[in-house]
Amino acid sequence: MELAIEATDLSKWYGKEKILAVDHVSLAVKPGEIFGLIGPDGAGKTSIFRMLTTLLLPNTGTARVNGFDVVKDYLEIRDRVGYMPGRFSLYQDLTVEENLGFFATVFNTTIEENYHLIKDIYVQLEPFKKRYAGKLSGGMKQKLALCCALIHRPEVLFLDEPTTGVDPVSRKEFWEMLARLKQHGITILVATPYMDEATRCDRIALIQEGRILQVDTPAAITAAYPDRLFQVKGGSMSATLRALNKLDGIIRCYGSGEFAHVAVPATATHMEQRIKDHLLAQGLTDVVVRPAIPTIEDVFIKFTLEKKA
Amino acid sequence: MATQGKKKRSAHLSHLLSFVRKEFRHMLRDRKTLLILFGMPVVQVLLFGFVLSNEVKETRIIVVDQAKDAVSQALIEKIEASSYFTVLTDSLPPTGITDAFRSGRIKAALVLPADLQRDLLHDGRNTVQILTDATDINLAQTIEGYLTAIITDFSLADGMAAPYVIVPETRMLYNPELRGAPNFVPGVMAMVLLLVCVMMTAVAIVKEKELGTMEVLLVSPMRPALVIISKAIPYLILSFINLLAILLLSVTVLDLPIRGSLPLLLAESTLFITTCLTLGILISIVTASQQAAMFASLIGLLLPTMMLSGFMFPIENMPLPLQVLSNAAPSRWYYVIVKDIMIKGAGFSSIWKETAVLSGMTLFLFAVCLKKFNIRLSER
Repeated sequence: MELAIEATDLSKWYGKEKILAVDHVSLAVKPGEIFGLIGPDGAGKTSIFRMLTTLLLPNTGTARVNGFDVVKDYLEIRDRVGYMPGRFSLYQDLTVEENLGFFATVFNTTIEENYHLIKDIYVQLEPFKKRYAGKLSGGMKQKLALCCALIHRPEVLFLDEPTTGVDPVSRKEFWEMLARLKQHGITILVATPYMDEATRCDRIALIQEGRILQVDTPAAITAAYPDRLFQVKGGSMSATLRALNKLDGIIRCYGSGEFAHVAVPATATHMEQRIKDHLLAQGLTDVVVRPAIPTIEDVFIKFTLEKKA
Repeated sequence: MATQGKKKRSAHLSHLLSFVRKEFRHMLRDRKTLLILFGMPVVQVLLFGFVLSNEVKETRIIVVDQAKDAVSQALIEKIEASSYFTVLTDSLPPTGITDAFRSGRIKAALVLPADLQRDLLHDGRNTVQILTDATDINLAQTIEGYLTAIITDFSLADGMAAPYVIVPETRMLYNPELRGAPNFVPGVMAMVLLLVCVMMTAVAIVKEKELGTMEVLLVSPMRPALVIISKAIPYLILSFINLLAILLLSVTVLDLPIRGSLPLLLAESTLFITTCLTLGILISIVTASQQAAMFASLIGLLLPTMMLSGFMFPIENMPLPLQVLSNAAPSRWYYVIVKDIMIKGAGFSSIWKETAVLSGMTLFLFAVCLKKFNIRLSER
């Protein structure tokens, strides 16, 4: 089976100082899957997107999108993919309808022809179709941008941080739309800095400082977490972390939401009780310690802290 | 294969149409810029026509008449009869003239000696004194010229010239009244078209880069060359409307007839507009922000080209390096073309050289555009 996206040894550096943005990245995205590039700001996600969408030339390596080379066959790729840049890139002084109509013509189609693809999204926009795009809310803007990127029924859809700056409800809706697009057989490559969105993807690549750390399904990645993890609460977060740092036999601890997460070796025993006793001995009250299931965020923090150490 | 080609072509055409429609929307919705675009030529034509003219019209002059005889009276009447001067009749002592100049009440003074008539009759000649306010050099020279002309004319008419005095007879061809309008209308045309075409086109394309929409357009079947052409078309139309407005104003309000062929003038103007549009596109290709594009077109291009076009300062008076440099300014050639057609009524045979230069420039700029055009994102 031919891959939808295939990148081999892709690198990109900028300027005279040759600042490395993408460091020998290889990727393989299967047709029809939602593939997530998960990583913090500045990890090189946008540079990878721009090379795959033929906007930037790679310094090393090659990449193919639906079998077309990103350097040689760039025109073929431009005819076939949909691209939604990280920054809102529609015409603010055109209305919702005019923007969509314009992009439909640019892609040699009409709104009517592929209306079924965008219907779910567009019904929410329809009440505002006479409104200027610049006057839409953040979530609405992203939905319009998605409509514009979809209107020509692309074979591969590139979404660069589509949910950045969007409220949680709209974010959820947005991912539901992507799941529906998958039903139409569209391959989706999506970049996001939000770890909680990773589980929405079929497969993800964790990326940091231009390098790919791990590629797998979200479930496999979290299942491969080597350590045992506990959720801990007791007084303030800083006091809890201070107390935990004095405890021997733990690998790492850090704040995550309202809990502190503590990783201990998988072989260690009676850790739950030991942590609790230690915290109580340190003078903390209302101590809660319970086992936790690792998330993508925990995996990411493991990589980050290991790199620092 | 043939149908595929046909399909592609019709796709290009529909791209073009929809893009041009979009550009017009951008343009029409930006009311402030629109007002400037259409207001500027009108204001400039009227401004140059009525305010900034250095024509001599009803200039206030004092005649200090020490003679007070028949000849001096006749001369004063003759000066007064011309529409150029208003003679202030208060009798002033010679020292009062200085004060009158300082206070700005007068621009010129004419001192007639006491023995004006007697000397003329005896020697056949006399000397009068003309004083002008040379803080404004052009005006002072013009006044001096007019006054001298009137006085020479006066003495000739009255048969009082000495037998051996040779009086040069000057004729100002094409513009005998030395009116300002014939001179500045071609200049304003060159300036307005340059401004609208170069700056607006440059900004319009750079705007897409700045807003990130260029990124989306690049990753689409729309070919970049088409983006550029569709950007240029609305400004071509707009400039043409501006051109017609300027011509209409100069014919109706400023009484400046178009002596040559109007279609030829319009055709040559379209050529110049195209040159400017190509220049604007080139600027937009090599710059990354609206500010840079504005700066490049305004300071780097418009100002020098206006200075070097011969409209503000005669090219013949420039130092040689600047004269050579002025050849590179498209407005220089257009200025000559417009003057020749509008004022001299010349035909194509006398401006083919300038036309060829402009065409060559356009082709050259277009080639540079194609070479410099970035089919990908420019790297930081």
